[in-house]
Amino acid sequence: MTRTTRTTRTPGDLSGDLSGVLASLAVPAPAHLADDVLVEVGLADRMAPYPSPIGTLWIAWNGRGVVEVNLAQGGAEAMARHEARSGRRTIPAEALPARLADAVARRLAGERRARIPLDLRGRTEFEIAVWTKALEIPLGEVRPYGWIAAEIGRPKAVRAVGTALGHNPVPLIVPCHRVVRTDGTIGQYSLGGPGNKRTILAAEGLDPDALEDDARRGRRLSGSTTTRIVCWPTCRHTRRTQERYRVAFRSLREAAAAGYRACRVCRPTAIEAAA
Amino acid sequence: MVMDDTELAHRLARDLDGAFETLVRTHVDRCHSIALRVTGNPHDAEDITQDALVRAYRALATYEPERIRELRIRGWLATIVLNLCRNRARTRTVPSTSLSPLVEGGWEPRADAASDPVGQALRSADRERLAAHLAALPERYRVPVVLRHVDDLSYAELAAVLGRPEGTLKAQVHRGLALLRAAMAGTELEELSA
Repeated sequence: MTRTTRTTRTPGDLSGDLSGVLASLAVPAPAHLADDVLVEVGLADRMAPYPSPIGTLWIAWNGRGVVEVNLAQGGAEAMARHEARSGRRTIPAEALPARLADAVARRLAGERRARIPLDLRGRTEFEIAVWTKALEIPLGEVRPYGWIAAEIGRPKAVRAVGTALGHNPVPLIVPCHRVVRTDGTIGQYSLGGPGNKRTILAAEGLDPDALEDDARRGRRLSGSTTTRIVCWPTCRHTRRTQERYRVAFRSLREAAAAGYRACRVCRPTAIEAAA
Repeated sequence: MVMDDTELAHRLARDLDGAFETLVRTHVDRCHSIALRVTGNPHDAEDITQDALVRAYRALATYEPERIRELRIRGWLATIVLNLCRNRARTRTVPSTSLSPLVEGGWEPRADAASDPVGQALRSADRERLAAHLAALPERYRVPVVLRHVDDLSYAELAAVLGRPEGTLKAQVHRGLALLRAAMAGTELEELSA
């Protein structure tokens, strides 16, 4: 034990003030660490640009999930608007984290199961029910507001469904552009107006003008003379049907009277209540 | 400005989301210092610090206001950091004793070094040596020495964090300092701690 207490001094020996020197071994955390923590727990957001067919999107996220998708002239404008809306400090980032970017790309390409966590704190149950239902609409198809209202058990809340979709904070990720007016016209769009809605639907393989034209002419539902099943006109099942076997109906009642039953996949049952 | 922990605990109890940033800004550096000096690894230290503060938030979100008000935040955070350091140590084999942690950790002399005679007297190579010896110290000495002398917790706080009597801790710190002195004087730690 004597060795531990020997006091031989050599140059650089710290016998006297060791505790003071140990205090100097405290090392400040890297500057980004505090922000990383705040973002992870959802008390601050990051925002990065993301390319899309309608221009550069600005996507805000934190450790809880994606908070907002928006269009803006530039990052400064996008961040200022997001800060004002969310009340949270917004930190610019060059790009989305790789995993999130990958999931967003897959979702925008139509893969509904691509997992994208969302931070929907402060939103109502009704809004979340509407957005969750909108997620079920596949790429290349549309449904009317009334369909969502009926599907979530609130058939009379068509207008409220429209409002909730207008408040969708994460357009494209939650595809509110695939919900059209009950009269068959394309309708409003929160992400830069109705022109963008048409552009996105066209990019997803639909012809918005033809859809509206059909609706105007009363071709609201589409049946197959071979299966005697009636669908929404953009349902993947009816689009597989050859033109010569297709028949148009004004309403589900008219289709039912002709001996057709509603498709179990696209469920064109809601329109009666809403129309 | 460093906010008093009691005041901070009361603010957290009233408004967790509003006050948590203050907790982070007040404690992030000391959490990092503890993690760095206990693990001896700057990369682990960053991960552990972030993880610890995120866990602290998630824990606070589940606590009743009463419980938050009574929290002794300094010691509580140190406990979370140390638990994570231990988890990390279990998945690693040999502690790092190289000097690179300091270099990679972005160590810079304290701003007040000019008025600190000890700091002035020390060449940075000595600090690096000390850090390396500290990282190589057996855990039962290293952790109390770090908490007492790098983080400046009191022995009462150490006793609460480590669950050992103050007397034991004083002896362990004393022994740890003796080992470090000897190591700095050129004696191999292995001989001393054998």
